[in-house]
Amino acid sequence: MSKNELLRAENVSQVFGGLRAVSNFDMQINRGELIGLIGPNGAGKTTVFNFITGVYQPTTGEVEFDGKSVVGLAPYEITQRGIARTFQNIRLFSELSVLDNVKIAKHCHTKYGLLESIFRVGRYESEEKQIEDECRELLKIFKLEDKIDETAKNLPYGAQRRLEIARALATQPKLLLLDEPAAGMNPQETHELMEMIRWIRKNFGLTVLLIEHDMSLVMGICERLYVLEYGMIIATGTPEEIQNNPEVIRAYLGAETIN
Amino acid sequence: MSSQRKYDLILILLGLVIFAIFEILIVTKTIGAFWQLNLLLIGINIIMAASLNLINGYTGQFSLGHAGFMAVGAYVGVVATTNFHLPLFVALILGAVAAGILGFLIGLPTLRLKGDYLAIATLGLGEIIRIVIMNIDYVGGAAGFKGIPHLTNFAWVFFAVLFTLFFIKNFVNSDLGRACIAIRENEIAAEAMGVNTTKFKVMAFTIGAAFAGIAGGLFAHNFYLISPASFTFMASFNYLIMVVLGGLGSLTGSIAGAFVVTFISAALADLPEFRMIIYALALILLMFYRPQGLFGYMEISSISIFRKFFDRLKGKRDV
Ligand SMILES: Nc1ncnc2c1ncn2[C@@H]1O[C@H](COP(=O)(O)OP(=O)(O)O)[C@@H](O)[C@H]1O
Ligand SMILES: [Mg+2]
Repeated sequence: MSKNELLRAENVSQVFGGLRAVSNFDMQINRGELIGLIGPNGAGKTTVFNFITGVYQPTTGEVEFDGKSVVGLAPYEITQRGIARTFQNIRLFSELSVLDNVKIAKHCHTKYGLLESIFRVGRYESEEKQIEDECRELLKIFKLEDKIDETAKNLPYGAQRRLEIARALATQPKLLLLDEPAAGMNPQETHELMEMIRWIRKNFGLTVLLIEHDMSLVMGICERLYVLEYGMIIATGTPEEIQNNPEVIRAYLGAETIN
Repeated sequence: MSSQRKYDLILILLGLVIFAIFEILIVTKTIGAFWQLNLLLIGINIIMAASLNLINGYTGQFSLGHAGFMAVGAYVGVVATTNFHLPLFVALILGAVAAGILGFLIGLPTLRLKGDYLAIATLGLGEIIRIVIMNIDYVGGAAGFKGIPHLTNFAWVFFAVLFTLFFIKNFVNSDLGRACIAIRENEIAAEAMGVNTTKFKVMAFTIGAAFAGIAGGLFAHNFYLISPASFTFMASFNYLIMVVLGGLGSLTGSIAGAFVVTFISAALADLPEFRMIIYALALILLMFYRPQGLFGYMEISSISIFRKFFDRLKGKRDV
């Protein structure tokens, strides 16, 4: 295995009762890449995220992250290893403020303990200040700085999606998994979001795996794509290769062509 | 000195002033014996409500057996003082440790359950604790434990309340508290943010149980006799009413809830059947008009008329 490799899934299958949601799934992501995972509804894309992040235990196969297996770890342990995600159906801490949503994500990197919390001694004060500063900084990047005290559930839809990404980034991941981040956004918002993803990847030195429905959007920013259909990878390659792949055209659009 | 510790110190000073006022009222007998007893009960109920709120309100785990942990603290405490002649302070600590350990042991398996199942399991375990005590002859069985020295006074209760509120306030305003609140808000997202949800549920449950143990010790040393009948499911339910009435996830609410419920109980002491009707009516009205409780998730320091005052204490400037 090369030093450059960050994530590898080998021959993973995920079975729910009688349903094979994902079969013989292979994927390899290098550090710094921006990869797209596309496919029709129900193809198994979200399921891939769920077994990578430990929400489901894969029925068979192996998932390695940063050189170590993550199969069998709990989701919180995988987050601590450096994988963060967003959810297709937004899961914010909806009754809490925008700032508190992001502060919670600093949990993995907070070192002070119970007594330091209660008596506000030791590392409490300095770490809390650092958490606050870093969270405000992140919210600024996602254009949420003037909504810091807003209750999360009161944000407009697009802002909620951005907050979810900001929150995932606050865990300081190496790999960021985004599940349909542009779902429900208008074209203008989608365009801005894509610029943002490009920008954070560059500036945070991130690796990104992105699920998207909108083909034009993934084509624009992803370096490589994986196409899933009925739980199987039917094609991988650069956007151009995918665009011209007859299998993909058939699966995705029936008789129509892409674009 | 940092601004947050300064704020804590000012709150403690404020507490001392309130303490002095009440102590003067008690010494000058302006507050009679009946209301003095109720003052102690209010304090003990504040500890019970605030600690239950940590589990039910902040962490979102529906526990219905809080009186069981109070019983453990009460019985361990009275054995320590009556049979082993230890001072009250030591008895309270021993009671808190015992209740905390039991909370930990019970919490570990039961907190895997969710919602109604957790409520039923904790309700059952609360009753089991009571029935076990009822069958231990060493502590008097069903007849109760007699000959307890009267050690609880206003000062003990007041400072225990102050400590409890201080502890829980700072806990919920730390990273650990945020982890608990995240579990309440969305367990899957909390886990995805790196929160070991089982660990923090058990932590909240253990701390809550330990404080119930302290409340139990204070309660027991106010009477000559305690019996398992004081720690039934109805008592647990009573504490739950205080928390829900005041507002899940608000310490100010727990204080208000403890006040209101204790006052209603005292005022209707001669008409116990009536009391339950009033509770039921109060809860129905609450569900209709203010389902989030009197205070919702708010604290007194975030209500606009008081905010200026508290901000000035914190040394915050308008920006
Ligand atoms: N927990 C589950 N239990 C049973 N079936 C599931 C579960 N999760 C996903 N599935 C099924 O797996 C298939 C793939 O779902 P999903 O990964 O959500 O698809 P996509 O994200 O590509 O739209 C669907 O048929 C879905 O119903
Ligand atoms: Mg999906």
